[in-house]
Amino acid sequence: MKRPEPLEIFQPASVEEASAIVKEKGPGGRFLAGGTDLIIAIKEKGLAPKYVVDLKRVPNLSGIREEADGSLTIRALTTMREVEISPLIRKRFPFLAQSAAEVGSIQIRNRATVGGNMANATPSADVAPSLLVLEARAKIASAGGERVLSLEEFFHGPGQTAMLPEEILTAIVIPPTHPKLVGEYIKFSPREMMDLAYVGVAIALVLNGKEKRCESVRIALGAVSPTPMRARKAEAVIEKQIFTEELAEKAGEEAAKECKPISDVRSSAEYRRAMVGTMTKRALLNAAAQRPGPVPWVERRERRY
Amino acid sequence: MMMKIRITLNGKSISLEVPAHRLLLDLLRDEIGLTGTKEGCGTGDCGACTVFLNGKPVNSCLILSGELDGAEIVTIEGLKIGPELHPIQKAFIQDGGVQCGYCTSGMLMMSKALLDENLNPTEEEIRFALSGNLCRCTGYAKIVQAVQDAAAELRRMRAEG
Repeated sequence: MKRPEPLEIFQPASVEEASAIVKEKGPGGRFLAGGTDLIIAIKEKGLAPKYVVDLKRVPNLSGIREEADGSLTIRALTTMREVEISPLIRKRFPFLAQSAAEVGSIQIRNRATVGGNMANATPSADVAPSLLVLEARAKIASAGGERVLSLEEFFHGPGQTAMLPEEILTAIVIPPTHPKLVGEYIKFSPREMMDLAYVGVAIALVLNGKEKRCESVRIALGAVSPTPMRARKAEAVIEKQIFTEELAEKAGEEAAKECKPISDVRSSAEYRRAMVGTMTKRALLNAAAQRPGPVPWVERRERRY
Repeated sequence: MMMKIRITLNGKSISLEVPAHRLLLDLLRDEIGLTGTKEGCGTGDCGACTVFLNGKPVNSCLILSGELDGAEIVTIEGLKIGPELHPIQKAFIQDGGVQCGYCTSGMLMMSKALLDENLNPTEEEIRFALSGNLCRCTGYAKIVQAVQDAAAELRRMRAEG
């Protein structure tokens, strides 16, 4: 396997300093978080960054915190493994912990970061659909100040985000959620966590009363469009209706229509579209059947197929 | 770019001057001479290069030396307890969990990571923990057995204090 070429590494002690380095050095540099995308791109795709800005020496850029208003802050350098095993996330959003557990091996998840994964904007990123259904926001900083975008506006295309070269994603913020919110993430991938998603489907659902009227529903899809996407037409099928299996099926059909998959080495566009229909229905039924709370891995895995 | 780093390697503190772009894997094997850590795929899929970095198992083929100042690293060479093989190593030998041996140091390090957190893992949990470690001799059954036996031995040792 190819080795990295000699490069310059900067280890700034603040976000402002990191941003100033990129401003000064100009194009051709890369930020480094866990390195599980960057080092592979260097080795496999011939990426040759002129310089690398390692963000791991910046204080206060990792960790998960519940704020007084009930919102949840996941700082950018928090690892996938930390999200997967966080008692707070497992309790409030077990499907988000599940989606983090779907990213590569434990060795990879001990390095891969949520911020790095979002900033690389891979359409198949497993945590992206879960964060989209939670209407997460991206906190972006530079030497010039801070701004906040919805994660939906943050993604622009494969590898493309709303960030300027000198901007740094510092945190993902999940706004306060309904106490009865339940959710699900299904990664469809024959090799499970060791391969990218062929299709990813996340659901966040609030059902009211015995009749199961849908107070709100969010559906998001991964790996079937240039960016992770909300399936709003599918949501509209269920919103404010009494939840039934028939409606879940109809929502699946809508999701299959509104996604924009491509054919690649993993599967054809037609197959992905068909699987979006099936997986969306299944994810909706799974979400509706569970109560909020942690669910063991094995049980979740069995529910997938 | 050369960098001065100080790391703790298998319990010993050492200072090095290294090229920042050198992979941790190559630093261990080619500069320090610890060849127990292997390179399989080089892209984080096979786990043969697994070492502990600050207490957590990681792929050493995806880490640059320039990231390492202050790091604590444990390799397969640091697994044994004094002169004795670690119970996990003994169980792999006893159960035939080693065929060609190339994946073995990664398997052992990942098994150690699992058993450090969970001394009573189910087969499912063992297979989940070892998802990122490939054995192309197709010997998983005996590897899983070895981890179960090592867990039993470690539980016995803990009970006896």
